[in-house]
Amino acid sequence: MSQIIDTTAAIRFEDVLRDAQQSGNFQPLVDQIPYANLIGLKFQRLGKDVLFQLPKNDDNIGNPILPAIHGGVIGGFMELSASLHLIMNMDCATLPKMIDFSLDYLRAGRHQDTYAECQVWRQGSRVANVAINAWQTERSSPIATARAHFLLTK
Amino acid sequence: MSRLSIQTRAERFLATLRHCQVLGLTVADASENSVTMRLPYADQIVGNPMLGTVHGGSLTTLMDTACGTAVFSVLPGFELCPTLDLRMDYMKAATSGLDLIAVAKVTRVASSVVFTECEVYQEENGQLGDLIAKCAATFMRIGENMTPPDFRARIERGDGTDNNRVEEQA
Repeated sequence: MSQIIDTTAAIRFEDVLRDAQQSGNFQPLVDQIPYANLIGLKFQRLGKDVLFQLPKNDDNIGNPILPAIHGGVIGGFMELSASLHLIMNMDCATLPKMIDFSLDYLRAGRHQDTYAECQVWRQGSRVANVAINAWQTERSSPIATARAHFLLTK
Repeated sequence: MSRLSIQTRAERFLATLRHCQVLGLTVADASENSVTMRLPYADQIVGNPMLGTVHGGSLTTLMDTACGTAVFSVLPGFELCPTLDLRMDYMKAATSGLDLIAVAKVTRVASSVVFTECEVYQEENGQLGDLIAKCAATFMRIGENMTPPDFRARIERGDGTDNNRVEEQA
């Protein structure tokens, strides 16, 4: 089964992306990404820095007995943070495509708010390398650290 | 004590994971060292609204869960093994509207660590189609005695998650 792609939706999203890059207001863009709404991603821009937040959410729990956030959700939050960080800091007409993602879990992600910040180590003409750190109570005690490569399309 | 089949262990393990219920993950097949899991296509997991493609994060959850379930299913006791790391390659964006199938395999069970591999395909006409993503994941063994008794009871009893289907194995 394949779906007919809604081209009007595609045009609208490109407009939203361009408007966000021109105005510096990325909230309407994030609102249009269903996966961001599913996990509940929030962000705060502090100049060129961006602080991403994943508020405590029952639906993001993996094991309910511990309880702990599902490792896949922590990964998804970090992947999404990295791609948004790139969009917020570079000129691109579309969302960057992820090539690969390497994620190390350092501590259990407890059922509480989680934060992430990104560092672009290298941005070439075609590929960007981004590091992502996620923490809960203190930035110096990360719960996970990751590295992603993105394919940049002009 | 009755021994649960690998399929039942895998299904009950998956049933305890709240976020996987939100995504609608199901166990398609579970055997000695391999688990096949389905992620149904849904609008809520779309990452690129221009193309209707699912976000890599839902694939991360699919692969982490498929590998973790394979580990839980293959170990003899009731060991909960936290993920140590995941390394994922995204070969191709999945086609909008297609379900995704993860095939996870345990490649080595060591005393402290379990190694796994996983491949995700899109389902086309009821068969495995294009390869979408691959991953290698390692899990820590923290010992059966570290598994919370509540969790163990949930797997043993099933808590009605599989309609109280009881299976006995020799």
